[in-house]
Amino acid sequence: MWNIPFVPPTASEEGVSISILYWAITALAVVFGAIVLFGVIYLAVRYRADNNAVDRSNAVDSDLRVELAWTLVPLVLALIIFGWAAKLYADIYAPREGYYEVFVIGKQWMWHCQHPNGVRENNVLTLPAGRLVKASIISQDVIHAFSIPAFRVKRDAVPGRYNAMYFTPTKPGEYHLFCTEYCGTKHSEMIGKVIVLPEEEFQAWLEKGGQGLATATTSTGGGAAAGGTLTLAQQGEQTFKALGCNACHMNPNSAVKVPDITQTWGNDIPLADGRTVKGDEAYIRESILNPGAKIHKGFQNLMPPYQGQVSEEQLVQLIAYIKSLADSGTGGN
Amino acid sequence: MATATYTGTEKPNYLNWKTSVASWLLTYDHKRIAILYLVSISVFFLMGGLAAALIRMELATPRGDLLTSDIYNKMFTTHGVIMIFLFLIPSIPAVFGNFLLPLMIGARDVAFPRLNLLSWYFFMAGALMVLIALFRGGIDTGWTFYTPYSSSFAKGEVSLAIVGVFLAGFASIFTGINFLVTIHKMRAPGMTWFRLPLFVWAMYATSLIQVLGTPVVAITLLLVAVERTFRIGIFDPNLGGDPILYQHLFWFYSHPAVYIMILPAMGVISEVISAFSKRRVFGYHFVAFSSLAIAIIGFLVWGHHMFSTGQSMYAGIVFSFLTWIVAIPSAIKTFNWMATIWKGRVHWDTPMLYALGFMGLFVIGGLTGLHLAAMATNVHLTDTYFIVAHFHYVMVGGAIMGYLAALHFWWPKMTGRMYPEGWGKLAAMLVFVGFNLTFFPQFILGYMGMPRRYHSYPEEWAVLNVLSTAGSSVLGLGYLLPVIYLTWSLKYGKVVTERNPWGARGLEWELVDPVPDPHNFERTPIVTRPAYDYGHPEEPTGFVPKPRPVVVGGKDG
Amino acid sequence: MSVKELEKTATLEHATDGHHHGDGILGEQFETMEQQNTSYLIGMWAFIVQEVLFFGAIFAAYAIYRFKYVMEFTLAHHELSVPIGTLNTFVLLFSSYTMARAVRAAMQNRHKRQAFYLFLTFIFAGVFMVNKYFEYSAKFEHHLFPGGDYDAHSVVHHAQEKGELRVVEENGREFYELGKTRDGQFTAFTKVTPEEFEQRTRLFFGFYFVMTGLHGLHVLIGMIIIGVLIGRAWIDHLKNKPIADFMPVEMTGLYWHLVDIVWIFLFPLLYLIGR
Repeated sequence: MWNIPFVPPTASEEGVSISILYWAITALAVVFGAIVLFGVIYLAVRYRADNNAVDRSNAVDSDLRVELAWTLVPLVLALIIFGWAAKLYADIYAPREGYYEVFVIGKQWMWHCQHPNGVRENNVLTLPAGRLVKASIISQDVIHAFSIPAFRVKRDAVPGRYNAMYFTPTKPGEYHLFCTEYCGTKHSEMIGKVIVLPEEEFQAWLEKGGQGLATATTSTGGGAAAGGTLTLAQQGEQTFKALGCNACHMNPNSAVKVPDITQTWGNDIPLADGRTVKGDEAYIRESILNPGAKIHKGFQNLMPPYQGQVSEEQLVQLIAYIKSLADSGTGGN
Repeated sequence: MATATYTGTEKPNYLNWKTSVASWLLTYDHKRIAILYLVSISVFFLMGGLAAALIRMELATPRGDLLTSDIYNKMFTTHGVIMIFLFLIPSIPAVFGNFLLPLMIGARDVAFPRLNLLSWYFFMAGALMVLIALFRGGIDTGWTFYTPYSSSFAKGEVSLAIVGVFLAGFASIFTGINFLVTIHKMRAPGMTWFRLPLFVWAMYATSLIQVLGTPVVAITLLLVAVERTFRIGIFDPNLGGDPILYQHLFWFYSHPAVYIMILPAMGVISEVISAFSKRRVFGYHFVAFSSLAIAIIGFLVWGHHMFSTGQSMYAGIVFSFLTWIVAIPSAIKTFNWMATIWKGRVHWDTPMLYALGFMGLFVIGGLTGLHLAAMATNVHLTDTYFIVAHFHYVMVGGAIMGYLAALHFWWPKMTGRMYPEGWGKLAAMLVFVGFNLTFFPQFILGYMGMPRRYHSYPEEWAVLNVLSTAGSSVLGLGYLLPVIYLTWSLKYGKVVTERNPWGARGLEWELVDPVPDPHNFERTPIVTRPAYDYGHPEEPTGFVPKPRPVVVGGKDG
Repeated sequence: MSVKELEKTATLEHATDGHHHGDGILGEQFETMEQQNTSYLIGMWAFIVQEVLFFGAIFAAYAIYRFKYVMEFTLAHHELSVPIGTLNTFVLLFSSYTMARAVRAAMQNRHKRQAFYLFLTFIFAGVFMVNKYFEYSAKFEHHLFPGGDYDAHSVVHHAQEKGELRVVEENGREFYELGKTRDGQFTAFTKVTPEEFEQRTRLFFGFYFVMTGLHGLHVLIGMIIIGVLIGRAWIDHLKNKPIADFMPVEMTGLYWHLVDIVWIFLFPLLYLIGR
């Protein structure tokens, strides 16, 4: 009976900073709350109607100095906390470098998690302790939200758009994973767990293809080979071929002039209309589904749109593949 | 015309001077329309409360074993839709705004009595559609109708419910327009802007929000219904739309809508605290302008509902900044109320208990809002029970406490009878205790990460949830008691024999109780004093009615 | 005092206080005509502000998709009939003029003249609605109403004729290239699948029907009010009433100008821009 929890476990670096902020605001709230609550009770009792022993003289009903004091003091405190919280938020959610990336796909009512080496998990996400993790989150139907209270982070899974969430798990253990955006009948069953393993155990787990958990199996469309443990990027390469992308891209003999996709990831892409976009997940996704939306400068839009032709899983594979082209030094940064 | 002298209960007044059903359903009298609204929203409150009771019963155990998840989802949708659109939004504005505005400013009626009645019919038509949708299988979208779930996935009569909310929205717009004009044009001679009771200022700010915000949500919900019916992709990304656009349009209204609920309650609290401390409200101008500040800044903070949607960092920072700013006027009000009690002559009657309870709960609700205004903590807490607790503290702890304070304070004015004081105090205590027991554990649950709208939850949170459910039964009792004893008092309550039983100031208390005839004032009053003119607080008792200081004479006739 | 007596004195009081309460012009809640008239005006303007926000939200949503799907929306709006739209614009502009004349006549208590101009306004509004009917039925005929039998074929067909759309086939799949033909040379700006094209043009027609439909509803409501006002003005004329309350006409005028202005925004946004 005595192990009823009143605070969640704190198992990430970000969680520590957010907790400190949380308790600082709570302390401020307790101070102000106490002033008002006890102040009101004290005043209401002291100045009760039948108490004639108190001094009621000079009961002014306005005073500019007092008003300014209780306007400006809260205002200054508010601005301090605002700045602290906004800075912390920006530090956590602005793009960061040097991460281990997992893709999370939400759908009614489960979570698909994709590791770079091809391991897939459903409603479980296994992560290494002590490494910065980036979760790229998307939904394939309604809006969900990917929430890990022990890490104090959360991001909505919005259909049609990748949302990024960064965190650094610190303590090995098992933690809750929730969908926090109402998504239909089985919303409360769209739960799972996050397992944090020490780095070596995690590596061993990865190499074993997820310890008998879901290994890289065939995904909905062509692509990943059954039986094998291909990395996500390798699955992407297969999907790339299966969809016929290699007829033009990555084909030195191609008859058509296409942008070099080894130069896509992480670079600034100049567009035909003069703008520049970052070559990130969102850009790659959009350029596969709707190539005409952002056309690379110097090229014509010859590519057919793949809207409705590729699943979210395949998109994730393709992104990993294109990313790997840049990372492997085929000409990328 | 001779002054109608008081001769006991037989005296004709606005309630009994005509008694046919038609005289009620076709009345243009603002007081009777207020009563119509009072009766209708009381029914809706009980229905919404029943849904809440089912929700809490389900959550008494971690494994969703009482209701199926589908029915549970329909229950919280029912609870939200009814409580927000059919109870809280019309509550204080449509009942007490209607009843009191003309009385407080010395007018015979609101500016547009027929529009006023039309508003009630719109409201009832909308409510009827919502109820039909709920009874024909219910809807499970949540009161927020988030797309694309509501537009492409949810089953049931979502469109019908939306049309119902649309109509109720126009009822709210009509009320807002009516009050704006009434406050601008119907004030009695001498009732200058800064002699207005603070309740009127609050209603002015509320009306601004109703007129400027409601049309946006009306058209937005209409578009959801259109998308459902004709499959055009405005909000569903699978059809080419943008679900986040819906959230922007929805919260553009629905955040200010929170102020539609809380501002009138703040106005009531100003009246009640002043009347029961027998003192002019401290810092009148600051309290008045803080209402306007809340109404205006409140329109610019909607994006704080969307920090976790992936909205741009810079937009988020601006919304967070403005959210911190909008907290300040509420703090100003709270401190001014405290200063009003200071050196006052405090009477611990039921309305004052509710007002003190309001301050306690509103302060907790407001201060936990700080955790949500702060971006880094917001993301952890959003869509958890922390949010649920926070907005119940503000909307239930705040708005409904204000509503109950108003109901008790003006009950003799409305009915000519007193409620039983002992029961009143008991109910006020029960509501306060039950409320805290219900919702305080939810802050802890929320910080631990318990998501809202969950039908089942992990075992380790059972104890706090049981506590919350236990509290809700106390709270339910606290809400049922007034329904019972107020109804009882209609027939058996002590008849109010003296003018102004509270010794309060304000034009409405210059009239006998209940208000004598459909035209309120025998003659148009001329106002020569500021509001809350309690004179000298060292007078032994505030209950001795002073010679009428506010009305000094008739203008015409 | 009995209820009857009270009622009587109440009536008496208002009948004898020297205002127009007796003849029904001045509402019982008002003290003076000036107070009543300015109340009506402020109320009407508040209503207009509300209407602006009501239409504003949908204009904003439309603008977003107009930018997002430039080509598709441009091709879809070619299906709208500019002649009918232009005609309707002038019809509404004229009706605003006749409405203004009616208001002037009402202020001068020239009831017959007022009825005449109101009648003209009513006729113009009717013409507008009849045009709208033809316009809508043409859309239905071409399956451009976003209901069950929506079909973008006529958009595709017309765009092809104009050289702004080309059907291409790749790997056994069909695509639409959207672009422009200059000097016989087709330049593609974007390429979409038929499903996407259908969705996006459907979205355009969704906006078209919701926006013009809501506007048309406003016109219809206006016609009903104008109809009532014609009757009242005519009765005033027959009774030879020296003074009548002009505020109803004045307020209907404000409303009518609002309806006109909404159309002034709708017409270029839906029919003209991008041509």
